[in-house]
Amino acid sequence: MARTISYREALNEALMQEMERDSSVIVMGEDNAGGAGAPGEPDAWGGVLGVTKGLYPKFPGRVLDTPISESAFVGAAVGAATRGLRPVAELMFIDFMGVCFDQIFNQAAKFRYMFGGKAVTPVVIRAMYGAGLRAAAQHSQALYPLFTHIPGLKVVIPSSPYEAKGLMIQSIRDDDPVIFCEHKAMYDTTGEVPAESYTIPFGEANVVREGDDVTVVAFGRMVSVAEQAADELAKAGVGCEVIDPRTTSPLDADTIIESVENTGRLVVVDESTPRCSMATDVSALVAKEAFGSLRAPIEMVTAPHTPVPFSPVLEDLYIPDAQRVVNAVKSVTGWER
Amino acid sequence: MADDRIGRVAMPKWGLSMKTGKIMEWVVAEGDEVEAGDDLAEIDTDKIAGTLEAVDGGVLRRIVVEAGAEAPVGCTIAVVAPADVPDADIDAVVKEAEEQLASGAVEEDEGPRQRTAEVGGRAVSYTTMGDGEDVVVLVHGYGGDKDSWLFVQEPLARSRTVHALDLPGHGDSAKDVGDGSLGTLADTVLGFLDALGIQRAHLVGHSLGGAVVTAAAAAAPDRVRSLTLVSPAGYGPEIDADYLRGFASAGTRRELRPHLLKLFADPGLVNRQLVDDLLKYKRLDGVDRALQTLLGTLLDGERSALDVAALPAKAGVPTVAVWGRADQVIPVAGAESLRPFATVHVVDGAGHMAQMETPAAVVAAVEEAAGRA
Repeated sequence: MARTISYREALNEALMQEMERDSSVIVMGEDNAGGAGAPGEPDAWGGVLGVTKGLYPKFPGRVLDTPISESAFVGAAVGAATRGLRPVAELMFIDFMGVCFDQIFNQAAKFRYMFGGKAVTPVVIRAMYGAGLRAAAQHSQALYPLFTHIPGLKVVIPSSPYEAKGLMIQSIRDDDPVIFCEHKAMYDTTGEVPAESYTIPFGEANVVREGDDVTVVAFGRMVSVAEQAADELAKAGVGCEVIDPRTTSPLDADTIIESVENTGRLVVVDESTPRCSMATDVSALVAKEAFGSLRAPIEMVTAPHTPVPFSPVLEDLYIPDAQRVVNAVKSVTGWER
Repeated sequence: MADDRIGRVAMPKWGLSMKTGKIMEWVVAEGDEVEAGDDLAEIDTDKIAGTLEAVDGGVLRRIVVEAGAEAPVGCTIAVVAPADVPDADIDAVVKEAEEQLASGAVEEDEGPRQRTAEVGGRAVSYTTMGDGEDVVVLVHGYGGDKDSWLFVQEPLARSRTVHALDLPGHGDSAKDVGDGSLGTLADTVLGFLDALGIQRAHLVGHSLGGAVVTAAAAAAPDRVRSLTLVSPAGYGPEIDADYLRGFASAGTRRELRPHLLKLFADPGLVNRQLVDDLLKYKRLDGVDRALQTLLGTLLDGERSALDVAALPAKAGVPTVAVWGRADQVIPVAGAESLRPFATVHVVDGAGHMAQMETPAAVVAAVEEAAGRA
């Protein structure tokens, strides 16, 4: 039965249920146990934002605190995955991928292909992304497009607690390396989540709401921003079809194209910076596959092409908001040749 | 003074989560004569759209909540009374309703409460409405759940205790179906009666559930007061095997939707919410195996593997059947094998899901069967 729980609790429940079900699932990362096992309070932190809290007392040998060396523990997780474990490694901030990039894009992503399909690498790398918590340039980026670019990686970007749990369980059971992107401002978001285990398949978009006037494709935290905008626009009689792709790799191109074939208009809402982003990727897809259906130029609502500013005022301006989505929708519905 | 001839039409509660409903359209106008069972209004909730039917006959004296407006569950949305009830009395009821609405002090109808019973080592989830002495148990079909009785459970509960259960493998019940045989499912229904301490009940079954309640009645005729069958499986060899296999294997909205269209006479009922809710169910661990196992119970190649047509005669229980004329999953021809021992109502405007498309016909059938018990 579904109850209302938070994004954080949904992720925790997914990890708990999969560790219970499959003894090859292990969890590792900085402060995942939080110094548990040392004298004092066991299970002190459960990761920097508490997602892994409660796992250590239940599965003591399978929750590993790691040194602050991403290149070492991500490499260890990738290696363990090739030898039969299903590690879930927490990288804390997605911005830290830089120091372990070789392990991810040149090792984990390549094994299946380099060894003729004989090697599988069932590793999940969890990482927080996104702006809004005043964490400045080095801890606030929305880097999911970077991983989407690399064949061999699957990239997951859950937009709600329901998505978070089902996609996490799918990620753990998947035989390929998965980059699991959690928005750091969403951990307290609540929603209905079944108590039972379930999986959401990769590459299947969720049509969050149906509409006939404009297709709005939004990723991660931007899905709720797009919904707010759609509420606003509905009052003005404009029907938005809001699509949450749920995974950027694989991408459910069919659902997006079918929708644009109906609406003739596209707005993409992407918290990432605009160049080589999901916004440009989806726009290119639609321009190529549904050009004949388009009745207006495509609009992209993204962050500006700059690092996330430290100034709170500028940071608030940096993140796409509902008003900008409303403006973009109005611009495509009002467009005339 | 309150006149007991004045009937308040209340916003219904369709399902656990429904808090408010929006009136899309009044099908009747003030001054119209209505009979019990007549359509009154189209109501939309965040989960489901349905038609509200009249409980009391009389004249629709006043509409309290206009089309386009939203109202909380339990709120008086219209007033029905005989023509000779003075206007002043009607005004008083309307005023009271409007004040209640304005103050937000509507008594929240508790609605169905979800509970769990332990039956044969499995958790069986169910909801209960009403508290009458007579007990009705509603058993859904393949891939369905207790919510498929939303529009039927509430009207039946006015004078009876009505339980709607989730069969194993469905809804919120345990997903293990064992061998998935008809016997196992029928034992679950009888075990459910035991678990709740119910001596005798009126059983209502839809599709696979129709075969299940038939088998339960044959196994324990002394426990079953009447049978109401809605497009039951097991009467006649015809069944749409493509639908069943397609439903079982569909993993995406695109795959599932075309199959669901076969369920209804009105394809507009296959909305996003219905497809999403079914996908959420199908993603749960264990559901895939349950549905595949039950396919073996339902199908023998392209034909129905179930044959329960001889059982009701053996059970000797009053039986009434309702069949949608537009049923594409189990064609209405199956009704012929019921006629020797049951009253059969073939209804227009319904496909395989008469309990959702023509709920009044299903309610009337249950009343009819119960009346003969």
